[in-house]
Amino acid sequence: MGWFFRTFYSTIGKKLIMSLTGLFLCSFLLVHLTGNFQLFKDDGGEAFNHYSEFMSTNILIRILEIGLFLGFALHMTEAFWLYFLNKRARPVAYAKNQASENSTLISRTMIWSGSIVLVFLLVHLKSFFFDHRIIGSELTMYQGVVQAFQDPLYSWFYVLAMVLLGFHLNHGFQSAFQTLGLNHKKYTPLIKTVGLLFSILVPLGYITMPLYFLFTK
Amino acid sequence: MKLTLHVWRQKDAKSKGKFAVYQANDILEDMSFLEMLDVVNEELIAKGEEPIAFDHDCREGICGCCSLYINGRAHGPKRGITACQLHMRSFKDGDTIFIEPWRARPFPVIKDLIVDRTALDRIIQAGGYISARIGSAQDANAILIGHDQAEASMDAAACIGCGACVAACKNASAMLFVSAKVSHLALLPQGLPERESRVLNMVAQMDKEGFGACTNTGACEAECPKEIKITNIARLNREFLRATVI
Repeated sequence: MGWFFRTFYSTIGKKLIMSLTGLFLCSFLLVHLTGNFQLFKDDGGEAFNHYSEFMSTNILIRILEIGLFLGFALHMTEAFWLYFLNKRARPVAYAKNQASENSTLISRTMIWSGSIVLVFLLVHLKSFFFDHRIIGSELTMYQGVVQAFQDPLYSWFYVLAMVLLGFHLNHGFQSAFQTLGLNHKKYTPLIKTVGLLFSILVPLGYITMPLYFLFTK
Repeated sequence: MKLTLHVWRQKDAKSKGKFAVYQANDILEDMSFLEMLDVVNEELIAKGEEPIAFDHDCREGICGCCSLYINGRAHGPKRGITACQLHMRSFKDGDTIFIEPWRARPFPVIKDLIVDRTALDRIIQAGGYISARIGSAQDANAILIGHDQAEASMDAAACIGCGACVAACKNASAMLFVSAKVSHLALLPQGLPERESRVLNMVAQMDKEGFGACTNTGACEAECPKEIKITNIARLNREFLRATVI
């Protein structure tokens, strides 16, 4: 085994992949959110359709899309791999365990918040990627979004998933820097504040979309 | 005080253990938790029963031997102390107390509440030392080390290797222990020649023993009797990166 595999096969190496892919996915969340704000432009979806047309045809974007897919795939693979390794490290559970005395529920349930966000991602890809880009639809992207969000079940599931994404980011954002070895009294308070704001504002930004279409259209 | 104890009893590593319930009567609130167990054991011996086996040595919080998971917490409900420094005044008359051994695959139960922690020793053997000849004791200021640096190193060196970090971690990760050992040597000039090989070998041994990975919940820091900080884990990650990628 070369140094590369030895490094990334180790527990610390796996965590490094988790943190790097996690931060990469954070940047995606921001870009995706900013682009989607065009849904709110009052032009019957023209700007949004134009944007989505550009995103699905530009060659550079298509290449970056492969990177994004790999980022998701690596983050999930490592997450489940670590989950099972960590489970195996404690074969006998405590009869009485007061974990809430030493850690937050959010930090202990990353695999569950992440898994629900994964289910959301699959549903999301089915309605906005697979149906439109692979199969093809007579609806424009904007019409597709409006139609999807008029279904209360779909919209509220979206909201729930975003709340859990918020929990996931709340621990994940600052945790990524700790894993990269960046923990210092000089800048860690700043990282924690930015992480907290990121974990509230980004999911909140996404939540405005289903709620807007659910209640106004 | 009268207490109801649910104690994990296990004959040996191969046997299947189970909880046994004991009534502890005439417990004084000034007794330490281990003295309370001594009293219970005296009664068991008087009745001709097998006393409860538990690890202990110094009984003043410096050896790291006592290793009890008391009412769902490593070393019991108080912060910054070992089980031997826990006093019965932390409990109320009539309380029910669960006493379990550390639970982790690399810490197999030897008997009752005693676990085999030699996995931590093997991690030390893999690199937690310096091999430079140090000769006889040096003049205290022969090697100049900045105050902050010396303090950070000493904070890490306070680790007594009790394994509470592993016991409290939901992943049974030993990273706080390993990070304390790596940090205390990486921060001193004597530790620098073997800086890279040390972190690589110790992490490799940690993984080989089957400890879990850190998910930064901070449970270890909260339960460490020596209050070792997870900033040390960040340093371990840095040292690892430095030795591999950089």
